[in-house]
Amino acid sequence: MSSVAIGNKKGFGATLWDYLTTVDHKKLGNMYFFAGLLFFAIAGFEALLMRIQLMVPNNDFVSAGLFNELLTMHGTTMLFLAATPLLFGFMNWIVPLQIGARDVAFPFLNSLGFWLFFLGAVFLHLSFFMGGAPDAGWTSYASLSLYSPGHGIDFYVLGLQISGAGTLISGINFVVTIITMRAPGMTFMRMPLFTWTTLIVGALITFAFPPLTVALFFMLVDRMFGANFFDHTMGGNTIIYEHLFWIFGHPEVYILILPAFGLFSEIIPVFARKRLFGYSSMVFATILIGFLGFMVWAHHMFATGLGPTANAIFAVATMAIAVPTGMKVFNWILTIWGGSIKVTVPMIYALGFIPSFVAGGVTGVMQAVAPLDYQLHDSYFIVAHFHYVIVGGVVLGIFGATHFYWPIMTNRVLNEKLGFLTFWTFFIGFHLTFFIQHFLGLMGMPRRVFTYQGDQGWDLFNFISSIGALLMGLGVIFLVVNMLLSIKSKPLNTSDYWGDGRSLEWALKTPVPFYNFKQTPLIRGYDPYWIEKHEGNKEGMTYAEPVGDIHMPNGSILPLIMSIGMFIAAFGSLYHPDGVSWSVPVIILGIGITVACMIIRSFKDDLGFTVTKEEIIATEESLYGKGGNK
Amino acid sequence: MMKGLKKWRLFSLLAVMTVFLSACGEEYISTLRPAGAVGKEQFNLLLFSITIMALVVVVVSVLYIYAFFKFRRSRQGEDYMPKQVEGSHTLEVIWTVIPIVLLLILAVPTLISTYKLGDVAAMEHVDEDGNKTALTVDVTAKLYWWEFAYPDLGIVTAQELVVPTGEKVYFNLKAADVKHSFWIPSVGGKMDTNVENINKFYLVFDEESEGLKDGVFYGKCAELCGPSHALMDFKVKTLAPEAFDAWVASMQATEGQIASKDSTDLGEATFAASCLGCHAVSSVTGMPAGAAMGPNLTTFGDRSHIAGFLEFNKENLVSWIKDPEEYKPGNLMTGAYKVGNNNPDELSDEEISALADYIMSLSVEK
Repeated sequence: MSSVAIGNKKGFGATLWDYLTTVDHKKLGNMYFFAGLLFFAIAGFEALLMRIQLMVPNNDFVSAGLFNELLTMHGTTMLFLAATPLLFGFMNWIVPLQIGARDVAFPFLNSLGFWLFFLGAVFLHLSFFMGGAPDAGWTSYASLSLYSPGHGIDFYVLGLQISGAGTLISGINFVVTIITMRAPGMTFMRMPLFTWTTLIVGALITFAFPPLTVALFFMLVDRMFGANFFDHTMGGNTIIYEHLFWIFGHPEVYILILPAFGLFSEIIPVFARKRLFGYSSMVFATILIGFLGFMVWAHHMFATGLGPTANAIFAVATMAIAVPTGMKVFNWILTIWGGSIKVTVPMIYALGFIPSFVAGGVTGVMQAVAPLDYQLHDSYFIVAHFHYVIVGGVVLGIFGATHFYWPIMTNRVLNEKLGFLTFWTFFIGFHLTFFIQHFLGLMGMPRRVFTYQGDQGWDLFNFISSIGALLMGLGVIFLVVNMLLSIKSKPLNTSDYWGDGRSLEWALKTPVPFYNFKQTPLIRGYDPYWIEKHEGNKEGMTYAEPVGDIHMPNGSILPLIMSIGMFIAAFGSLYHPDGVSWSVPVIILGIGITVACMIIRSFKDDLGFTVTKEEIIATEESLYGKGGNK
Repeated sequence: MMKGLKKWRLFSLLAVMTVFLSACGEEYISTLRPAGAVGKEQFNLLLFSITIMALVVVVVSVLYIYAFFKFRRSRQGEDYMPKQVEGSHTLEVIWTVIPIVLLLILAVPTLISTYKLGDVAAMEHVDEDGNKTALTVDVTAKLYWWEFAYPDLGIVTAQELVVPTGEKVYFNLKAADVKHSFWIPSVGGKMDTNVENINKFYLVFDEESEGLKDGVFYGKCAELCGPSHALMDFKVKTLAPEAFDAWVASMQATEGQIASKDSTDLGEATFAASCLGCHAVSSVTGMPAGAAMGPNLTTFGDRSHIAGFLEFNKENLVSWIKDPEEYKPGNLMTGAYKVGNNNPDELSDEEISALADYIMSLSVEK
């Protein structure tokens, strides 16, 4: 369906319909990217409001209740609805290109995953306008969340349940795609690091999200029907909730950081003009981090009172994670060692990432020292630590990769001067905000406080921290301006924009046609494009097949309708505890819509469509002029 | 030679860290100025781990900065083609083994300390007469206030914990409504107060709090527990053992003390009519730990703060009684009584003023 009209200007309605029904991994990548950016902006704004409130002691800029809503929504949104979809945007865009596939293994599910995530996220955010947002922290510990009045927690539970299902679907999809759809010759040990980290993250999602689903489901039925899973007065247990949450929650940290590691492992070799040092140990370290990530959840609960033996075991297991992470850092440094470093915008993000992440990593090891963690836990020290990891690792990774992959994704380039300005503003702001928070924590300031009394020795540092936060906000604005400006700039129509591309995606000429590679490439080693380039192959790649018909999946509106069904059902569940008469019919209606879509999908034969050789040649000529992608 | 040099480096780094860190924070709240054995042990672990971590950061930074400046393309030439190295087994082994060794070094004191701080067996020790040898405090955390009961002494107080210096004080920690966390930063690390089980740990208080600003150590709730989580502060008064025994005796002497409705003092009569249902004025209540509806006010006049965080003066107390919601949103005292000057069942300005005088007069130390 999208085979026609490539390159021709389409009306707004047609474009909208195209995006609502698309199953194309690149378009879904765009949608993930922009949805992620939207929620990143919202959550960043919430953070700014909090930092303004904490700028001076005894401030009344926001009320206590609103502050708790802000801190809950900031954490929830940043982790589930900003960082995850932004990374999914890159995974969707880049992984199929890196492995030479035409799309993901299940394009329909890919679309369903996006819409579930997006509508779940919208549902969660509606809470702001419908009686108050969740206010029990992103962890939403059971005793407080059961106690919390209003519908805030119901929004949290239902919204995350829906968007979590979307994330789980996407995670499984990536695993299947990477295992089954690699181009001929691309063995596992020839896969680029970003593809490797996506594979491991897919596996982590597959195992980590079910415990969250269980925890949220228990919470849902507790609040809807008084099921008493967590109500201790009725024999329930809130510690179980903490375990379930962190069995998910700790791998979630690696779900976010591993793709960022992958992105940096793509950026650094390109701008060091040197092969990634210790590829196989990088792969091994990724797998090991993923595995150990499941073994350490209780280090979030050292103060819960699990007893010395449990604390000791989880302390040592946590320290062990530092070893593979250290391997990665040294491998990155040895990659630039002896290379030829060109400081571009993506590279400066990578160079800024290394010391920032190391700083975040070592404070993590300090918190693994359980008795020391009794002091650090739930203080501003931990706030500083996880922002060093998440901002210094994940966000710098996302920003760097945005500049790095912008030429492939949009066929435009982001302004370099503005890019450096963004980096320095954001980077200085980031360290200003969070470095000093380590000391606030050590000086006794608990986290998640909406205000503090003056003269406890915290006033100056809080003020500095807030100034830093404003700088970070400014940096993000620069980035968005840069993106908007680039849309108006001249198309690149080139391949290998950075000149030293190594992996398969750089062999493609932009704009990337909807079927990706005209002919499936043949992979002759690690860094396949680099190999071909340096053997003087003018074609870009060696191909595994002649130009022939290409089989592509059809778009479908069903994923959107299915997700809307869940969205409707969620409203029924939300108001069910209020005893309204329409709640059960609405639940049945919503789930009915979803099930009906599933039935339609199951009984309708959809074999996709074929792009003929002639159409391919015509498309290539309309994109790149006579001669096509050569 | 090499070994000596390394040791010297380690010690100088340690010294710098100590000076730098101990300059930070206020004595009554900072973990960097520990005033008890537990806090000191944790502070030493902080110094130890921070030193190892600083070494790691220094090594990584040196390698990284050197590589960055040495191998810039501007120095290497635009066309320079670096050798495409695959990796090095030797280096991989080195940077796997060295971190493992460092972590093992860190793990040993971690494990020792974890077990040491988790050892509460002495809580149950008894002398020949069957009396407990150690002091135990039952801490109950409630929405935005703290109850401290001394089960073996038969007394209870709230908001201001009073403990003797120089001995291990054991704590039974529990929450009555939602999860909180008990933390006295300058004395030692925190432990959660769970809703379904009692957590036990101990702290040691080395210094008397008398000389501190406000004369108390600051305690905090460290687990998000609702809108007023940030205000759920408590204070800790540490006394020399003799002074503590005297305090206990005067607390025990308040047995039977009660506010009378028929009192000629308007404050006491008002208290008896409107407040006594939740707030006891005797330290010997006979109630199980955590059963009280509101903080025990027997020692109110001895406290350094109102509601745990407001400056101690009558004006604040009057404002607090008039509208607690204004100061601690979500607290459970709001709505338990009516304020106004029209109906007889409302607390008038005059009554509240008298009430404040009465409450501030409650004391065992004066």
